[in-house]
Amino acid sequence: MLIDWNNFSPWTALAGGAIIGVASAIFVLFNGRIAGICGILGGLFRPQKNDIYWRLAFIVGLMIAPLIWQLFLPLPIIDIEASNGLLAITGLVVGISTRYGSGCTSGHGVCGISRLSPRSFIATLAFMFAGFVTVYIVRHLLDYELGFKLGLGV
Amino acid sequence: MQKNFSNIIAVLFSLLSGTIFGLGLILAGMSNPAKVLAFLDLAGLWDPSLALVMAGAIGVGLVAFAMAKKRSTSFLGLKMHLPSLRIIDKRLVIGGLAFGIGWGLSGICPAPAFVLLGTGTTKAIIFVVSMLIGMEIFEKIESYRNKSQR
Repeated sequence: MLIDWNNFSPWTALAGGAIIGVASAIFVLFNGRIAGICGILGGLFRPQKNDIYWRLAFIVGLMIAPLIWQLFLPLPIIDIEASNGLLAITGLVVGISTRYGSGCTSGHGVCGISRLSPRSFIATLAFMFAGFVTVYIVRHLLDYELGFKLGLGV
Repeated sequence: MQKNFSNIIAVLFSLLSGTIFGLGLILAGMSNPAKVLAFLDLAGLWDPSLALVMAGAIGVGLVAFAMAKKRSTSFLGLKMHLPSLRIIDKRLVIGGLAFGIGWGLSGICPAPAFVLLGTGTTKAIIFVVSMLIGMEIFEKIESYRNKSQR
């Protein structure tokens, strides 16, 4: 295994993670809710009375974060490698699957593991595993195969 | 009146949590899908940052959720909504695996998707709109299944 020492950012990763933890802490202690983005969003599709604004507010908070960041510092580089078509397909997959599996990286990965929920451990293992395998296939198998088929002789 | 007031405060705390969450993601580098993919690429040049983001978040989260579990109402007097479901079923595992595939192909999961949307990039708009359509498809299938079971 080769570690990318040039891009590995242990301190900002830990500090950023702790800040995410603080946000989840405020949310559960004051609002009594799990900071799981899919769950928060999901409740907006068949909304109950008095159950809309706090959900929208959390989402708006996420969206204004880069604007607030930019008041003080330039935004870090954003590099989205996927094509528009692939993003449309993966967006659909992520939307359906996170609702079906009742959570994503925030709900299961951060809050669920913090709650010591066995369900969230399993879900996190499942999406991490699938993520590792998918990237392995795309970057280390498919490229080769595609290149081979196209006669590039990679 | 009292009820309305606490609702407004709850919305403000929600906005605050979302904003702090987003700032944490940006500081951690997780608003950059390429950095997320560099974590998932174990066989390439591996960037372990995401593991430390999880560690930092869970470190704080463990304390917060231990406190939360002991309470019957929140600091604002609201009902605690902690999941009580304990069964590990097919839905959980299949949902997790399918999410991992989508995440591995794009490098984007739902929270960073909205941070990216805030930067106004077209690619984020495409991803978020598709994700919302996906969630609506899920709701449609669920309500159809519930009806046919009755």
